[in-house]
Amino acid sequence: MSERGIIVHKPYARLNREQIEMIDKASLDLLENPGILCYHEESVSLLEKAGAKVKSTREGEHDAWWVSIPANVIKEALDTVPSKVTLGARKPENRVIIEAEGNRVHFGSGSETNYWLEVKPETFVSKENGHERVIPVLKRNRGNLDYLCRSAHLAEQLDNLDFFIRNVNVQDADITTGNKDVNVFFASLNNITKPVVSGVADIDQLEKVVRMAEIIAGGKEELIENPVVSFITSVIKSPLQVVAETAEKLIAIARLGLPVVISTSPQGGSTAPIDEVGMVAQVNAEALAGITINQLANPGAPVIYGAVPVRARMDDLHDMYGVPEFCHYNMACAQMARYYKVPCYSTAGVGDAKVPGIQASVEKMFTYTAVPFAAPGLIHYAFGLLDKTQTFCPEQAILDNHKIGMAKFLYRESGVNEEAIERTKKTVEEVMHSPYRMYARYARGMLRRGEIFAGFPFEGESEDQDQTLLVVHERLKELEAKEPQYLSAEICKQIFEEIPGLLPRLNPYKEDK
Amino acid sequence: MSKELIEKIVESVLQGRRNKDDEGIEEGLAGEPGVAELVEEALEAGIDTNDILLNGLSRGMELVGQKYETGEYFIPDMLTAAEAVEAGMAVMEPHLVREGTSGAKGKVVMATVEKDLHDIGKNLVSIMLKGAGFTVIDLGIDVPAARIVEAAEEEGAGLVGLSALLNTTMSNMSDVVKELEEKGLRSQIKVIIGGAPTSEDFAREIGADSYGKDAFAAIREAEKLLNN
Ligand code: B12
Repeated sequence: MSERGIIVHKPYARLNREQIEMIDKASLDLLENPGILCYHEESVSLLEKAGAKVKSTREGEHDAWWVSIPANVIKEALDTVPSKVTLGARKPENRVIIEAEGNRVHFGSGSETNYWLEVKPETFVSKENGHERVIPVLKRNRGNLDYLCRSAHLAEQLDNLDFFIRNVNVQDADITTGNKDVNVFFASLNNITKPVVSGVADIDQLEKVVRMAEIIAGGKEELIENPVVSFITSVIKSPLQVVAETAEKLIAIARLGLPVVISTSPQGGSTAPIDEVGMVAQVNAEALAGITINQLANPGAPVIYGAVPVRARMDDLHDMYGVPEFCHYNMACAQMARYYKVPCYSTAGVGDAKVPGIQASVEKMFTYTAVPFAAPGLIHYAFGLLDKTQTFCPEQAILDNHKIGMAKFLYRESGVNEEAIERTKKTVEEVMHSPYRMYARYARGMLRRGEIFAGFPFEGESEDQDQTLLVVHERLKELEAKEPQYLSAEICKQIFEEIPGLLPRLNPYKEDK
Repeated sequence: MSKELIEKIVESVLQGRRNKDDEGIEEGLAGEPGVAELVEEALEAGIDTNDILLNGLSRGMELVGQKYETGEYFIPDMLTAAEAVEAGMAVMEPHLVREGTSGAKGKVVMATVEKDLHDIGKNLVSIMLKGAGFTVIDLGIDVPAARIVEAAEEEGAGLVGLSALLNTTMSNMSDVVKELEEKGLRSQIKVIIGGAPTSEDFAREIGADSYGKDAFAAIREAEKLLNN
């Protein structure tokens, strides 16, 4: 059993059974008419062979096909989906097991931010009174490999982080389309012993990435048993379009038998209806289409229902994550996945705010408390993301780790039972007859057992300044000073010998490093 | 009479109603004539095309812009209004061609560059440019440089607008600039770029003429580049 994550005992059922069935029916109807617009020939022929009706067309520069998928094709595909998926890990105790009908929720990072936000304390002098004050100055830097290694190393140490999705986009001068994936996967795997989940930018590198994973897992079969890497494919372009290049990756991964998330991310108000019913009906149809292609390519392959529905911001059509509709969409999708008995990948904790602070805290805390209550197996984007996934801030990730801890505490069971009631009556009676009528002594047991929440660990001392970011910055320095748990010298040696394209500077055992 | 009709066009733009079937922002407008029908009527009544364009469609869009600035209108309102202007322009088109003034503000070829599928921002820019009176030929997504240049040449466009959302595809923008140069078209076809990973610096680096942070900047810059 997976010991990571947290059990949400009574998942919140936003939709009742009848409503779930109505959404299911609506999605299946949409998949039949208008159907999907597919740009990938092999997916089209898989669907056609299974019973879909196909009509070819031309969209701009590309060949495309209208595919009308009857409900039975989708249902048969759903029948072969495994309801339990394991995300493997370098350390066996860090494996994440997601069960479609289970209630264990796991939190992970993401996405691929272009920027890394650096916090630098600087001393300023007041023009008014000459007093000095230390203020955290923020600086946005382009993402690179070094930042990726640092964030994987940080992620290793965040106790509420269960799986790692590469969170900064590597934009080093020596990174090209031809070597990006191998370096991203190596940078991740070498710095964290938890499950690594990622997209692949270039299908030609898939084989190399898988070989690297085999070396780490100890062989081909060992990798299937302990998939230290899992994949994400954004195979859908909303509304209802299947992207050629990504569909090809999806099929290749399905045939390798490795876990893959079907990620579809419509924006309510631009690429999907903004109302909950319309959004959920469409995004659910999109997820089902992706799952069906995956299962047709390899029945029984491990697959995850990844719905990432967001809302459009009304003044510029950018994504919006910290709003109630976002929670509605995501909670409903978690229920749909559960209904189909497919493990679910959901989202919480992205700040629309550009920098850490009050706005970010409000937005993040709001979705951390709401979305996991629907008990999706995986929650991604949960650490350090700001500016609607454009920026990663490591200090923010530490703060988010704490917020997730709070949310997890919230889901605990109430503990009401006969024994507790008897104990309560006895305690009250004792206290009422004691000299000061204080309960303090009775708190000690829970305190020692870690059953009392510790409170906010990053409180500053100032009476007129919020110093949280400065305190967290110190904490980050402590965490970064710890030695990473690199892959062994032997494994690194084999990887660097066998896998072309790896940058020597990533090798921790390199002589002149 | 003519004034009244022009006012109705303005009102229909504000309501974002392309034709009589469209709902407006206010309830109960479906069934009433929309921009297409009103422009038709105005042309039949012999109202000057310039008058319809400037005091009707453009004036309507200007008011929409003002309402956006004051926070009364949002992007969905702007897009819908721009589509209404486009519907009016489509009705005007044959008349403008006859008068030899087609493409009121100039022609723009828009595209998301090769290997990039993002188009929410590009579509927003295309629709808004149309709403502002430009003729826009939108080539869609994942468009190779050669195709963009070919279309710009064929269409006699004065401006090419390029969008990229991936830092791996933004380099394809420079291919378009190079291709224009190779074909000797660079002096007559200007290039504007946009999309989250791009910047003013990047535009300079690849030799593009301009960078637009959002759709409003796109309109401003297009007006400058096409000398309106
Ligand atoms: C929506 C979205 C998608 C949708 C696209 C849907 C669609 N119809 O476009 C889907 C799901 C298909 C998608 C796929 C992918 N995406 Co994507 N996507 C986004 C997202 C969330 C929002 C983009 C958006 O629409 N913004 C809203 C619009 C209004 O803003 P805009 O595009 O910037 O446009 C404005 C301005 O830039 C400007 N503008 C734009 N174009 C032009 C052109 C001109 C001429 C001018 C003047 C101005 C201008 O005006 C616009 C209006 O104000 C961004 C995240 C982000 N915050 O940007 C990621 C993002 C761009 N995607 C990303 C990635 C990695 C991908 C994928 C590779 C897979 C994945 N991990 O999701 C695939 C790639 C597919 C491909 N080959 O292109 C990364 C890119 C990182 C990088 N490498 O640079 C981002 C940054 C997300 C992230 N942090 O991981 N994506």
